[in-house]
Amino acid sequence: MSQPERSAEIAALYQEMILDHYRRPRNKGTLERADAAVEMKNPLCGDEITLQVAFDGDGVGDVRFSGRGCAISQASASMMTQLVKGKGAEEIDSIRNRFREMMLGDPGAVTDEKLGSLRALSGVARFPARVKCALLAWNALETALAERGG
Amino acid sequence: MKLRADFPLLANNPRLHYLDSAATSQKPQVVLDAIRDFYETSNANPHRGAYSLSVQATERYHEARVRIARFLGVRDPDCLIFTRGTTESLNLVAGSWGRANIARGDEIVITALEHHANFVPWQQLALEKHAKLRICELTEDGRLDLDHLGELLGPKTKVVAFNHVSNALGTINPVDEIVKLVSDNSDAITVCDGAQSAPHFPVSFESLGVSFYAFSGHKMLGPMGLGGLIGTREMLEQMPPYQTGGDMIEFVHDDRTTWNVLPHKFEAGTPNAADAVGLGAAVEYLDGIGMARVLDHERSMMASAQRRLAAIDGLQIYGPPPAQRSGVISFTMSDVHPHDLATILDGEGVCIRAGHHCAQPLMRRLNIAATARASFYVYNDERDIDALVAGIMKAREIFGYVPA
Repeated sequence: MSQPERSAEIAALYQEMILDHYRRPRNKGTLERADAAVEMKNPLCGDEITLQVAFDGDGVGDVRFSGRGCAISQASASMMTQLVKGKGAEEIDSIRNRFREMMLGDPGAVTDEKLGSLRALSGVARFPARVKCALLAWNALETALAERGG
Repeated sequence: MKLRADFPLLANNPRLHYLDSAATSQKPQVVLDAIRDFYETSNANPHRGAYSLSVQATERYHEARVRIARFLGVRDPDCLIFTRGTTESLNLVAGSWGRANIARGDEIVITALEHHANFVPWQQLALEKHAKLRICELTEDGRLDLDHLGELLGPKTKVVAFNHVSNALGTINPVDEIVKLVSDNSDAITVCDGAQSAPHFPVSFESLGVSFYAFSGHKMLGPMGLGGLIGTREMLEQMPPYQTGGDMIEFVHDDRTTWNVLPHKFEAGTPNAADAVGLGAAVEYLDGIGMARVLDHERSMMASAQRRLAAIDGLQIYGPPPAQRSGVISFTMSDVHPHDLATILDGEGVCIRAGHHCAQPLMRRLNIAATARASFYVYNDERDIDALVAGIMKAREIFGYVPA
């Protein structure tokens, strides 16, 4: 790959929406009353996230995250919490699967409107070493919801 | 030094700035040629055949051992055991010497500077034997706290394991002081992780005075998958085998087996002769440059990198002053996570490491999850530092850094 192509991919990766979520993360903090709390680490880099969920039926009533990490993991967590709040388990599952497909480079996923702002993360697929960063929060959410499902 | 042309990967990628030699080094043409030549002219199973090709393979394997032993100041080449690398060497000591000599209530001393390879084997041995693992803490600037080490030592101390140079911070540890402290205060053996010292400055096992020294060939211009453990003959002869199988036996009876002599006792199975020949060529190449010149070159690279990175607003460098570091500069940038920095630098053709550097206990003590790490070797020059600085500036621009 040529240097300008790689530079363009970097620019697409660190677009303004990602940096905005990194600088001003949404739903960062802790819940007063959480039904599930999942701590997840990326052993590759030592980044960690704690995700707290208050269930509503089988879905997510409220959600917060805390921890530290790179722009990709923090922005992904921030956008995820915005998108899943108030949604049922089935819909969240479907979004999560679609997001994973996008991370694997599925071109169909990139234009899927149900991913909403998460599509800003589509550039991560070009950086295989960073896909784990984007998936960290989603893996934590999956574990939290599995606790709910029993 | 103008050596870049000797390294095909670098020569073929003129815009690549490889600053991750602490993870693995690039390989010069002479090393690649030596490995290929072994397979094209001498390939047979060493120590097996009565035919001349096997004898030739055996001789080349032996010559490589002699060559590498001399490079590391080992008079008796039988005391150099070939392994897959530092990790296997340290597991060999913990698994063989450790299992045979550590008992309940004994104490094992390691340091907070260790790579996981010189941490986890001792931790697991301590758990298995109900021994006590004690960890030497650091001074504020990332050096071993020798006062604390002195307090940890005593009659129960059986082994003290430490690295010669920290892979995460570049700290050069004062081996002679440590060895003296250990022998003055205990009967413990000393195990030195030399993964980051053997490639970068002259090392003589005999002058170090440690019981064991472990190193990796791939960090010193040799191929991946071959390194070594050096020990004193007395220690190695007393130790039980680490793995059993072919080549390491003398006589196998139905109910018992006797062991081969050194070094074969610790080299079960078909040896990695081709890569040993490759590493032999690597140390010959390094000797051709002269390890004193390698050291000089790295010192000047470090001084320049230190000066230029320290001038960047918001950049923090970890570890002791550059004169007490070898080949490594570990840093963070305010507001830009090391992983993001590494990705952006990659976009500029600059390869650095970002993460915990296999030293999670150290990172916890520094209270950081990760650092960015640039490391230097014989083929780097000022242009690599130019590219590193330009890449850091680019990252600041992307992240919209505003000086405080």
